[in-house]
Amino acid sequence: MSKNKEPLFSKKNKRLLTDPLDDNNPITVQVLGICSALAITVQLEPAVVMSISVLAVMSIANVVVSIMRNLIPSRIRIIVQLVVIATLVILVDQVLKAFAYDVSKELSVFVGLIITNCIIMGRLEAFALANKPWKSFLDGLGNSFGYAWILIVVAFFRELLGSGTLYGKQVIPDSWYDAGYMDNGMMILPPMALITVGIIIWIQRMRNKKLIESN
Amino acid sequence: MNINSNLYTFGFASIMVIVVAALLSITALSLQDRQDRNVELEKKQNILNSVKESFSREDSEKQFERLIKESVVLDFKGNKVEGGTAFDIDIAKELKKDPKDQMYPLYIYEKEGSKRFIIPLRGKGLWGPIWGYIAIENDFNKVYGAVFDHKSETPGLGAEINTNDFQKYFEGKEIYNKKGEFVSISVLKGVIPDGDMHSVSGIAGGTITSDGVSDMLYERLEKYLPYFEKCQSELELEEMKSLLDTTQNNNDSIQ
Repeated sequence: MSKNKEPLFSKKNKRLLTDPLDDNNPITVQVLGICSALAITVQLEPAVVMSISVLAVMSIANVVVSIMRNLIPSRIRIIVQLVVIATLVILVDQVLKAFAYDVSKELSVFVGLIITNCIIMGRLEAFALANKPWKSFLDGLGNSFGYAWILIVVAFFRELLGSGTLYGKQVIPDSWYDAGYMDNGMMILPPMALITVGIIIWIQRMRNKKLIESN
Repeated sequence: MNINSNLYTFGFASIMVIVVAALLSITALSLQDRQDRNVELEKKQNILNSVKESFSREDSEKQFERLIKESVVLDFKGNKVEGGTAFDIDIAKELKKDPKDQMYPLYIYEKEGSKRFIIPLRGKGLWGPIWGYIAIENDFNKVYGAVFDHKSETPGLGAEINTNDFQKYFEGKEIYNKKGEFVSISVLKGVIPDGDMHSVSGIAGGTITSDGVSDMLYERLEKYLPYFEKCQSELELEEMKSLLDTTQNNNDSIQ
């Protein structure tokens, strides 16, 4: 090849990692993966576990699909992507059940949710099918970090205000409750997750004028 | 090669399916033993937790042998079934049978003279099965402790049934009312007044799971009543006998 070899962390590759954190965040800008952001942000711990699982599945699936990208018939590419994701998720689940039983119990229903996470399908379809494995891997990492920080921020506020705990430990002192402070039960219910995500989007657009549509 | 031809597409799909199926079945088979072992140890751990004996999963095997003095299998009339192993009974399968054909496992815990009956529970939550163990005191009425668990309830809502904060409400509740009728224990919305011995406060946002717990308790506990009544009458008989003996002895000593 005549082209100079691109360094591993070239400017373009770095943007693959940083773009999804802000300018092209999968949740707040592309508005994907909202369902899991609603379902598992009641407490911080599941949100963190979910983020790690999505990180693993998304980066591996991106690499696998990218390696196979020239072999996949275009008519069944969505099915192939789905099979890759589902296989990875089931493998992870089986291994956890055998070697890290407590983590697998913690994940329970989310394992299934990973398969239906539109972000993963979206990245496979939009990026991995057209790019080389290393770039796809970075893209997978970047997007899962973008997903993870939103999830964790939402879960932080929902657990703190809804249950007065963080990571399952009480952080609001008893004296506050004695003085009449009450947990906001509304924070536990799904609508408040949407509103919290909405507030994050609001703040993000206040800071980042690029995101504001011209009309 | 034209990767969009029908032949190639079929070929690709077939190979992919075979490879994936082989990969998954090999993983599942090779990990099966470890997974089953984890499940078995967890079951023992949960049974012990219901009588407030908490051990690590590894230790629970030994402690189970030590503390659970008897595991019995009952039929619907409350008679002991000979030769049955309580631990191997899968309640999920039993529940599909007619109540008259079902087998009811029961674990009897004994430590330092106190005896408790541990009843395995299983019912329906919102998204999937829920289960647990409830320990009844030797008076066949008062609850000593309870543990619940679930497969796929919503975290933070229905899934809270497996937390100690929820389970501790069951301690000291009673399954019979003052008139001696069986009322079980219900999980209700809102604040439960002091002195209500048959209800506990439900989980905000987890109403369907809470109702599932109530239904499960009623349905399962009801099936053990014949056995409890038998035990009760045996106990009373023994008490009477010993009372008779003492009066006899007293009479003898007077004479």
